[in-house]
Amino acid sequence: MQWEIVVGLEVHAQLSTRSKIFSGASTAFGLAPNAEACAVDLALPGVLPVLNRGAVEGAIKLGLAVGAKINSPSIFARKNYFYPDLPKGYQISQYELPVVEGGNVKIKVGEIEKTIRLVRAHLEEDAGKSLHEDFHGMTGIDLNRAGTPLLEIVSEPDMRSSAEAVVYAKTLHTLVRWIGICDGNMQEGSFRCDANVSVRPKGSDKLGTRCEIKNLNSFRFLEKAIDYEARRQIELIKDGGIIQQQTRLYDPEKDETRAMRSKEDAQDYRYFPDPDLLPLEIPQSWVEEVRGGLPELPQQMRTRLERDYGLSPYDAAAMTVDREIAEYFNAVAGKLPAEAKLCANWIMGEISSYLNNEGRWFDDCPLLPGQLARLLTRIRDGTISGKIAKEVFRQMWVKVSAAGEKALSWKSGDRPFDENLVDQIIDSQGLKQISDSGELEKLVGEVIAANGKSVEEFRAGKEKAFNSLVGQVMKAAKGKADPAQVNMILKKKLADGSVIQE
Amino acid sequence: MSLSLDDVKRVANLARIEIGEDEARAALTQLSGIFSLIEQMQAVDTSALKPMSHSQDVTQRLRPDAVTETDQRELFQSIAPQVEGGLYLVPKVIE
Amino acid sequence: MLNSSLKQLSALLAAKKISSTELTGEFLRRSRALNPDYNAFISINEEASLAQAGAADRIIASGCAQPLTGIPVAQKDIFCTRGWRTTCGSRMLSNFISPYDANVVERFNAAGAVNIGKTNMDEFAMGSSNETSFYGPVKNPWDVTAVPGGSSGGSACAVAARMTPAATGTDTGGSIRQPAALCGISGMKPTYGLVSRYGMVAFASSLDQAGPMAKSAEDLALMLNVMAKFDARDSTSLEREPEDYTRDLDKPLEGLCIGLPKEYFVSEISEDVARAVEAAIAEYRKLGAKTVEVSLPNTKLSVPVYYVLAPAEASSNLSRFDGVRYGYRAPQYDGLADMYRKSRAQGFGAEVKRRILIGTYVLSHGYYDAYYLQAQKLRRLIAQDFAEVFTHCDVIMGPTSPTVAFDLGEKSSDPVQMYLSDAYTIAVNLAGLPGMSIPVGFGNKNRPVGLHIVGNYFTEAQMLNVAHQYQLATGWHLQIPVNRKSQTGLEPKNAERF
Repeated sequence: MQWEIVVGLEVHAQLSTRSKIFSGASTAFGLAPNAEACAVDLALPGVLPVLNRGAVEGAIKLGLAVGAKINSPSIFARKNYFYPDLPKGYQISQYELPVVEGGNVKIKVGEIEKTIRLVRAHLEEDAGKSLHEDFHGMTGIDLNRAGTPLLEIVSEPDMRSSAEAVVYAKTLHTLVRWIGICDGNMQEGSFRCDANVSVRPKGSDKLGTRCEIKNLNSFRFLEKAIDYEARRQIELIKDGGIIQQQTRLYDPEKDETRAMRSKEDAQDYRYFPDPDLLPLEIPQSWVEEVRGGLPELPQQMRTRLERDYGLSPYDAAAMTVDREIAEYFNAVAGKLPAEAKLCANWIMGEISSYLNNEGRWFDDCPLLPGQLARLLTRIRDGTISGKIAKEVFRQMWVKVSAAGEKALSWKSGDRPFDENLVDQIIDSQGLKQISDSGELEKLVGEVIAANGKSVEEFRAGKEKAFNSLVGQVMKAAKGKADPAQVNMILKKKLADGSVIQE
Repeated sequence: MSLSLDDVKRVANLARIEIGEDEARAALTQLSGIFSLIEQMQAVDTSALKPMSHSQDVTQRLRPDAVTETDQRELFQSIAPQVEGGLYLVPKVIE
Repeated sequence: MLNSSLKQLSALLAAKKISSTELTGEFLRRSRALNPDYNAFISINEEASLAQAGAADRIIASGCAQPLTGIPVAQKDIFCTRGWRTTCGSRMLSNFISPYDANVVERFNAAGAVNIGKTNMDEFAMGSSNETSFYGPVKNPWDVTAVPGGSSGGSACAVAARMTPAATGTDTGGSIRQPAALCGISGMKPTYGLVSRYGMVAFASSLDQAGPMAKSAEDLALMLNVMAKFDARDSTSLEREPEDYTRDLDKPLEGLCIGLPKEYFVSEISEDVARAVEAAIAEYRKLGAKTVEVSLPNTKLSVPVYYVLAPAEASSNLSRFDGVRYGYRAPQYDGLADMYRKSRAQGFGAEVKRRILIGTYVLSHGYYDAYYLQAQKLRRLIAQDFAEVFTHCDVIMGPTSPTVAFDLGEKSSDPVQMYLSDAYTIAVNLAGLPGMSIPVGFGNKNRPVGLHIVGNYFTEAQMLNVAHQYQLATGWHLQIPVNRKSQTGLEPKNAERF
């Protein structure tokens, strides 16, 4: 029998607010334990929650980006359970009427496009952290993370393989960073997934019993956990077993999932509307204001790059991997719309590799988009060759970087150099191509005269010898000749033989 | 509806309150009395009524996203049952 | 001095006839002397109180005094008070020194008032007799064999026995008004949302409201001027322009329309209470008010509705008491789950546990709609009853409690009987309306009777006017219970710490 895997994901995206969702404590990562747990986060007797506007705005942005409905009013509810990292004994979450309802995300797996429908996205607070290292056989509780705003994005069970689940998660990961609501840092837990996995015979339209795998904090683990879990369920069914709905954890070391110690009452969360929080009204004017501030979304931008610039789907995807590269590309290509493909090549090539070497990314690229555009213009107008351009690029990078602090990001205001730096470097070092054909013909003549052996070999039919001659001319021109022009002159001179001295 | 001894024990467990057999029996008697009072609610048809969770018809006020709190760990932990290295200690949590 | 109004005390302070240090010292001595009999205070801290009094004296000297500067006010032990033990009447918080101040405490501090001690209360404000306090029951100063009412029984007793000129209380189902009635003082529960709940240990969040307790309506008005202010830390705090609640005190009552709900004057009301309440209403007619019979047909539903909603919210609010970050942790346990169960079983008293069980049950899977949701719908019905009456009445009057104070131990084993005694006051919390109780005489065994005055939303100033005019005409609010020590030596027997 053929089996089909059915996957739905619950993604917890930590919203990049400065303060927590219901308190004024900082959300900064990595401070001393409990240093960022204020009275509200600690659930001292008598404290009360007040909702952070920034968190709501993050939810609205996501909702608009996935074409969902923004509910108004939206209601906060208490999810009651006891756990030492949950100070109030309940988590403030949303049950009925989440902020975001519906919507969808388009993914592309290989060449196939697919739409993953969303059920909802709701705001909630994160719990603290339990540290199980040995404290005399006890567990240590750090509540710095307690109260950090989370947006839980719940998909329909629309994915049919671990690969689709990974593409969906990556697409969502790009999107939340793109619209600036989440830093996407998976190591720090800013973006984590729970996968609901079930299996069914292919062709069946009935969903199997699902198991939920909690807290997958890398795409690789997501893929492996789903694959393992699906295999486990199929084996179990084949052996005549029955899948029990349960919560499981993935163990990356053993590459397997195992059932969490089941709490007998885990499912009875006793949800009810939080009486400390009033219904959240989101006026349409606010929604429109947020919509107006949203950037062009990755999907829209890819389409535009293919349509307006004629970029290949591959290049368009590369230029929309994230917001930083996209912004940089937009800035360069905006100045050089006819040469968008060349811009993309240089962004993927030289700039990426220089940035990589320095452990930086496009948001703090030292080169101005105008500088790159000028450099590419100089290639196209024949002032310099592509090869010389790389040298100019190197020198420009060094020079700009040496300017220190000011060079940190192309976005910072006060720039030490403008795009004229390109021409200054070319001029001051005489890197301009030899455009005077008389001068070039003289050089070619000299090379032919000095390389009799190569000339004979060429005439004997060895094509390689021609290349060697071109190389010699370029060397004599210190790289400043246009190779195409050299080719042409050389061919002409070898053909008429006029300058060969017997 | 009537409450059973098992209900009392289940609810005590949900609420994380230890309850002995005798206590549970006594609680059952008292809770049954209270629930017979509560059951009066069921006689009213409320299908046309909207639930009322707040007495005023007001909506949630929002706080600007700003950090207003400072580190008061020392003060807060001075009243904690057991702390070490800035962490609250509890018996080992087994997942 | 014992019967001086806050205004009179303020005048004495302003005229330098007495200093706040002396005034505070007097009330502290009296509290020390009487507390062994009444158990009204859980904590008294002379040093802290006198330090505040000293500071108040400096403010008075500098000419910057406000109306309550230098005046002692007792705080119900439900309000977190920085540096003070804040127990909420529970063993669970027996070791809780609050690291912060409740908004109410901050407001009185800012007004220059002196915190004279933390008053006893039913555990987590759950009770109508003050018998559920871990720190022992409060006695009714009119008769120490009677309960003072609850949950703000300590505050009511302390004001009645003149251990403090004024006190704060909280009212979830009558916890200010019922003890005020039973102890013969004045107390007001303002409109829900008028006083911030920040720092007030939560019982039932959608019903809890703090309010003033004092000898007279005029004193209540001065206190409410301090307490009622928008607070951004409480999402349910209402953003309103500050009011002067004393502004209408002197208005005549000519033309006032008083609604008398027929459901409030039925067989449940005892004869002695009915007599005193009717006499008070007759006095109002003399003052120019007219009375009309009105109906609040769903009054009888308020008790069952309340005993679903309040325990449900409480069961969740009290989940934070787990022995992890503060409060009581059982000395012996076997693992985490056992630590929770034992800490909570030992830290909470019987009534609190009972309500947690009710609340957990009504919220648990499969019962939510039948109980919680149904109760919320009926809550609207109850609120609509009041809205209808207020279309043609200014205030509603009736008895605060169907009987005078009952005997200690009389109802403590029968929770249903105890709950039913709150029927009149509970409906007001469900609707979120302001309500108050003022003393209008004495009933059986010479125990006080309270008149319940209910107003429409935000009509506190008018209600205070209504109460004040009565108090100008009568003297019930100036009656002081007699204690053998109150005439003789006021020296404390020993310097025991609380």
